[in-house]
Amino acid sequence: MVDATAQIPGGATAKGQARRSKERINSRAVVMTLYLLFLMLPIYWLLNMSLKTNTEILNTFTLFPRDLTFANYATILNDPAWYMGYVNSLIYVVMNTVISLVVALPAAYAFSRYQFMGDKHLFFWLLTNRMAPPAVFALPFFQLYSSVGLFDTHIAVALAHCLFNVPLAVWILEGFMRGVPKEIDETAYIDGYSFGRFFVKIFMPLIASGIGVAAFFCFMFSWVELLLSRTLTTVDAKPIAAIMTRTQGASGIDWGVLAAAGVLTIVPGALVIYFVRNYIAKGFALGRV
Amino acid sequence: MEKTVNQKAWFLVLPVLLLVAFSAVIPLMTVVNYSVQDTFGNNQFFWAGLDWFREMLSSDRMWNALGRQLAFSGIILAIEVPLGIFVALNMPKSGFWASLCLVLMSLPLLIPWNVVGTIWQIFGRVDIGLLGYTLHAMGISYNYTQDTLAAWITIVTMDVWHWTSLVALLAYAGLKSIPDAYYQAAKIDQASRWKVFRFIELPKMMGVLMIAILLRFMDSFMIYTEPFVVTGGGPGNATTLLSIDLVKMALGQFDLGPAAAFSIMYFLVILLISWVFYTVMTNLDRKGA
Repeated sequence: MVDATAQIPGGATAKGQARRSKERINSRAVVMTLYLLFLMLPIYWLLNMSLKTNTEILNTFTLFPRDLTFANYATILNDPAWYMGYVNSLIYVVMNTVISLVVALPAAYAFSRYQFMGDKHLFFWLLTNRMAPPAVFALPFFQLYSSVGLFDTHIAVALAHCLFNVPLAVWILEGFMRGVPKEIDETAYIDGYSFGRFFVKIFMPLIASGIGVAAFFCFMFSWVELLLSRTLTTVDAKPIAAIMTRTQGASGIDWGVLAAAGVLTIVPGALVIYFVRNYIAKGFALGRV
Repeated sequence: MEKTVNQKAWFLVLPVLLLVAFSAVIPLMTVVNYSVQDTFGNNQFFWAGLDWFREMLSSDRMWNALGRQLAFSGIILAIEVPLGIFVALNMPKSGFWASLCLVLMSLPLLIPWNVVGTIWQIFGRVDIGLLGYTLHAMGISYNYTQDTLAAWITIVTMDVWHWTSLVALLAYAGLKSIPDAYYQAAKIDQASRWKVFRFIELPKMMGVLMIAILLRFMDSFMIYTEPFVVTGGGPGNATTLLSIDLVKMALGQFDLGPAAAFSIMYFLVILLISWVFYTVMTNLDRKGA
């Protein structure tokens, strides 16, 4: 260490460097503050609006609610037509997450451990489904689920969302599983574990974080998708996202309630985001990175 | 990792295969079916061969939508990629502030897409939105429902707001994987900040950056909900992107034949890009192993 400092010629330069690095830290802080401000402003505005009365929204321009009201939230939480939207969304999202994980776990294991006929093609084909535009599938899904009598049920939306969530789960889980050394599998088999017992007792705890991340992303992508869920439902399974568009009534738009509904849809993501913060990039990049 | 050849692994991927086949292959076959037939109602179909494809290829409608789509994807990539890298370079490396940045930056990624649209629809309104009101107060005429340029600026800004964090998070993940020794070597060589970026950070980030670019390209290529909520494809057809046009055609006008032919060509483009994506991914995996 002493040698290293001695190599810097002259004390003045060292001081200059220290000052420059301090400036750099400050400029970093400025950039990040500006960027985060840009990200937060629209969200702040939505939150701000959700706490105002409609009269205040339309007649005065205020940066903070003058007479703070929770009436907009009360409207949503007391009206079944509103809050059932959240329940519907949650039902099909949870169904989809469970289905996706259950089928994706063994498949991801197979892709990460074995070579078999057509494995690469299959893996690629899965990817194309993650990339497939929902708009292409909207009409065929509508007809398919109508013809099998599943139209306007939660399971229909859950299955439709499997189109992109199963491939996503397989890719993410495969990314995590390849990090587990194969020797563990082999040792377990030598110790007399059956495949099922090994998988549940030993392997799944090892990739617990991967399962959590995959679950989070299945949940998220099913939660944020609107086109398919709106096409496949009318009344009984209508998601909150589609109900939101209904605030445009005859008497104009109920802005306060619309904003409150929007804020409530952000909550689930905001609640769990802290736990997956280090895996966000990995999840969005399909388990790579 | 060396993989063992094991054909029985097929049993592990079978559930995924069946499920995705149900939700991808059957609908896709329906689309193919429609694309080569014509109907005069009453569920009577006639063989139309490749007529729909010929009609779509010679119609201005699809080419215009494709042009707008490419312009949109191009613009958002040109903004999001440099901005994302810039933000990633300025992010704190570790500690409380890094976590805070990660959480706040991820927030827009997890908001339901139509809520993103709603947020910006409100934010840009001249009467009640912060952005629209401020611009109006500064004397800039801005009306995204009437003015084509304003509509485009709004949807581009919205997409930048929504997705730049994804590029930033991926680039950040790439940056973090660079060992400290590289920076120390650069310091000894007294490399400038630009040279450090150009010869150390950029090459090391290239892999993840490719993923980010491809993901952003794909997802922007099938964007539907956000611009639909904000502009509804207008003014006129100014912001009618591919998916919006397709849904209009298939579910709005019920032009099954042309819509199906459109879908298939759309899907082929996606397939091509997926293949590029897959190649990048597998190359990256090989490098990592």
